[in-house]
Amino acid sequence: MSGVILGTAHREFVKGNEAICHGALAAGCRHYFGYPITPQNDIPEYMSAHMAGHGGVFLQAESEVATINMLLGAAAAGKRVMTSSSGPGISLMQEGISYMAGSELPALIVNIARSGPGLGGIAPSQGDYFQAVKGGGHGGCRIPVLAPHSVQEMYELTLLAFELADRYRTPVMILGDAIIGQMKEPYSPGLHEPPAPIDKPWATTGCVGRPRQHVKSLYLKDDDIERHNWRLHEKLQRVENAEVRAESYHLEDAKIVLVAFGTAARVCKTAIQWARKAGIAAGMIRPITLFPFPKALVHETAGRADLMLVVEMNTGQMVEDVMIATSHHDKIRFVGKPCAMPTPDDIFSEIKRLAGKTA
Amino acid sequence: MSEKTNTDVIFAGFGGQGILMVGNLLSIAAMDEGRQVTYFPAYGVEMRGGTANCTVVISDDEIGSPVVGHPRACVVMNAPSLEKYQPLMVAGGTLVVNSSLVGKGDVNRSDLSVLFVDANEIARKVGSLQLASMVALGAYAAKTGVVSVETLCACLPKVVSKKYEKFIPLNISALKEGASFA
Repeated sequence: MSGVILGTAHREFVKGNEAICHGALAAGCRHYFGYPITPQNDIPEYMSAHMAGHGGVFLQAESEVATINMLLGAAAAGKRVMTSSSGPGISLMQEGISYMAGSELPALIVNIARSGPGLGGIAPSQGDYFQAVKGGGHGGCRIPVLAPHSVQEMYELTLLAFELADRYRTPVMILGDAIIGQMKEPYSPGLHEPPAPIDKPWATTGCVGRPRQHVKSLYLKDDDIERHNWRLHEKLQRVENAEVRAESYHLEDAKIVLVAFGTAARVCKTAIQWARKAGIAAGMIRPITLFPFPKALVHETAGRADLMLVVEMNTGQMVEDVMIATSHHDKIRFVGKPCAMPTPDDIFSEIKRLAGKTA
Repeated sequence: MSEKTNTDVIFAGFGGQGILMVGNLLSIAAMDEGRQVTYFPAYGVEMRGGTANCTVVISDDEIGSPVVGHPRACVVMNAPSLEKYQPLMVAGGTLVVNSSLVGKGDVNRSDLSVLFVDANEIARKVGSLQLASMVALGAYAAKTGVVSVETLCACLPKVVSKKYEKFIPLNISALKEGASFA
């Protein structure tokens, strides 16, 4: 999923945000709705230029609230649909995201996160972790969350997001940040097959010649809503059982195990390379799915590692999921840099400091 | 992983000097030579007249951080950029200085390999002041050998928009003039 592509494979050199667009078009997404916000404007810019040429619909809505409801409507009609935004816009969409989770509607929602809370700033941040993985919307809504750490993954995880969305009838979120959205690197579109379109017999496509059907999240009769909740719960358990993805980086013999996602994980990789050269057995678990979280891998690794160093571009959010996954809380350390990117030197210094203590 | 083939460079100057364009060109040339590469621009705030910089990392292996704390090379096109990046550079690093706009006396590190290029003046002679960053890129590439100047020239059509493709020959001249300086 994250391999280095060298040599003769066809490679394109694009921004992360643009790779998401390439992935969406390759996956057959022909309906984009959105409202501008930095640092993801490359996505609507690209879609506005190219969607019509693919016979699709690009629509800049009057607000994020309108956007998410347009997404809901087009998804209910059985179309592959997406939107993209950043923190403040994603907050505005949460009511609709919950309605879509409740109505079991497949869609891709991209959050190229910026600093917060509030209007915050346009600096990169991983401060939206809790919002993304713990529900965001009301009423027990939870949706799968994918965290790309390269331009290659911006493309591949977009394909995967549409595949998961259709397979489980759920909105899926891609949680990126300003750096992964703005940076360019080569990626190869040929390494991953776009998901085939699937039948959506539940879609509201016009009932001529068949019984009427409804797509809804409102259940008022007797214990219908309780049954609906248990059914959604059972679905999320299937997602947790089958769809956990994580990269193990120099993990086999690692004594100091970093846990990081997205851009923070890129920085950690450099720090780990330096640590290895310095004779320190460092490695990393990089969750690719933030929900479902790779609990089993963290649990198993924490049992044998000396220390678990969680690195995030916030003041500590995913570290709580690491603590849920293992009872070895005494082994957990945290380095945070809210709304800024740590340098490899920052992480390497911390690894060296910890290695001195464990030696 | 050898130190020679894995490198990084920060291009820095005024917005409008073509800093991001030369970063893009170097990246695409490195990709065409089969390397792994990342390009990270300062994004967002100022477009013209402010500071502009971008970081390019080139390697034969998977690249970790696209952002570099201590660069191995810098191409500085104005005085504020020298002030910002000179103290951060690793010992033995390569520093290309646009001596048209930066005083030679402001370079105070003796542990760097420094190349002064009168980039504005050379660019003006080639045909346009706007080619100054292209001159500096030619000098940097020739001095370090990180990519060939031929590859840079061949990749120009990928970064110059159709509207400006008539200026490609001038850009080639600028790259070559810069390279001859190294």
